[in-house]
Amino acid sequence: MESTIIRSKNFNAYFGENHVVKNVNIEIPKNHVIAVMGPSGCGKTTYLRCINRMHELIPGATCNGEMVLNDEDVYSMHPIFVRLKIGMVFQRPNPFPNLSIYDNVIAGYKLNGIKLPKGERDKVVEQSLSRAALWKEVKDSLHKKGTFLSGGQQQRLCIARAIAMEPEVLLLDEPTSALDPISTSSVEDLLHELKTNYTLIIVTHNMQQAARVSDRTAFFYMGELVEYDDTKKMFTNPRDNRTQNYITGRFS
Amino acid sequence: MSNLVKYRIAKSSALKIFTIFLAFVCVVPLIFILLYIIRAGITKINWHFLVNIPKPVGESGGGIANALLGSMIIIGVAALIAIPVGILGGIYLNENKKSRLAYWSRLCVDILQGVPSIVIGIVAYFWLVKPLGGFSALSGSVALAIMMLPIIIRSTEETLKLLPDSLKEAAFALGMPFHRVILKVIVPCGISGILSGVILSVARIAGETAPLLFTAFGNPYISTNITKPMQSLPLLIYNYATSPYNDWLDLAWGASLILLLWVLLLNIITKLTTRRWKVQL
Repeated sequence: MESTIIRSKNFNAYFGENHVVKNVNIEIPKNHVIAVMGPSGCGKTTYLRCINRMHELIPGATCNGEMVLNDEDVYSMHPIFVRLKIGMVFQRPNPFPNLSIYDNVIAGYKLNGIKLPKGERDKVVEQSLSRAALWKEVKDSLHKKGTFLSGGQQQRLCIARAIAMEPEVLLLDEPTSALDPISTSSVEDLLHELKTNYTLIIVTHNMQQAARVSDRTAFFYMGELVEYDDTKKMFTNPRDNRTQNYITGRFS
Repeated sequence: MSNLVKYRIAKSSALKIFTIFLAFVCVVPLIFILLYIIRAGITKINWHFLVNIPKPVGESGGGIANALLGSMIIIGVAALIAIPVGILGGIYLNENKKSRLAYWSRLCVDILQGVPSIVIGIVAYFWLVKPLGGFSALSGSVALAIMMLPIIIRSTEETLKLLPDSLKEAAFALGMPFHRVILKVIVPCGISGILSGVILSVARIAGETAPLLFTAFGNPYISTNITKPMQSLPLLIYNYATSPYNDWLDLAWGASLILLLWVLLLNIITKLTTRRWKVQL
């Protein structure tokens, strides 16, 4: 039996009066890739940002319900611990422009004031960059600025930065929407490999991508979780009409 | 038809020439001022002029060492007061764009920028000079610090406003507490704009006379005690330029040129820092 790492129960999120995530119940198994898909404005990104408590940083944003990480309520933990355990990669690559590639990877340590001995630092940098499939490309320019890289490389740098902190869960918010097809496929390949160490939750409105990379898919529509099932089953034999309509492209 | 086009082309070039002419007009006063002051001041400046204090009336020679040192101390203390307050204030305004306190303090900062410098001098007089029982360099520094504040606050705020939110999100997502996000990410990324605001504010107050008239007051001797009256360049120029003695007039011209070069240098440094410290986003 696979163990559950994240569980939401009756989870709601709001922007002021606007109810954007409605009563979501979901159980996310460890070491799987979960795709969250749905049309624009369906609350999928908001739901993702609730998992590591980024949602509450927006003025007027609130949420309620149960969000549990390994039997511990996320909303009674300190947000800083939550975010150390649940890493995040954003839609647009956002390396720190004032730091070198090397420093970007260990930014989570360096900027948090966690001192690592030089040898260990080098190890973390090499390991994270290798796992993010970027080591070979940048190993000779580690001390150049992170913004010197191409968009796809920057996004993999951001992934390296997130996994350098050894989180348990990695949230990816449309990580490839700003990338070209080649960079997209290298990021997708990467997700497969990362699965052995982390649990990945990826938001995407690209159905092919959801089908390609995920073990399970959750379909959001108008703030509701319409369907959540094995990806194969969902794309071949959806239970709900709305899912059927979405994956066959009858609305978007 | 072709006539119409020709007419339009002519009109267009007329406007172009007119704008070039006006742009030139903007530069002319500065060139005249520069030339005039350089011609009058350049012959007065030498090493002796920089390291000696003014001689009493009737003796020729003398320098502006007391004013030069005084100006540096007064401005230095003013910067020590204004820089932390201004930068932190600017950070607050950027972090809490919509709060009521931000609205009111932004308004107050804008009004403060428009308050005549002589009024600020009077306020410093009533706050510090009267209660402390005498003129002091410190009270002059406070007056100048008040003048620096709006410039630093607004330039910090405007710089930080241009940084993308994604930067802050990246930092928060790595589990950084708020103070580290500000100190390690936001401020370093905006450092060029913040620094140039600071240097510009120093350039702006370097020539202020009015706030110093009844605070720092002036002093014919070298003084490093900030609780006592102190000379400064603009005060020296003000006092000596209105005097009837030729030696003193010469000192005023030389001091004017020094002050002008100082401000010019600060502006050039600003340009260089903006380029050197700019973080490519």
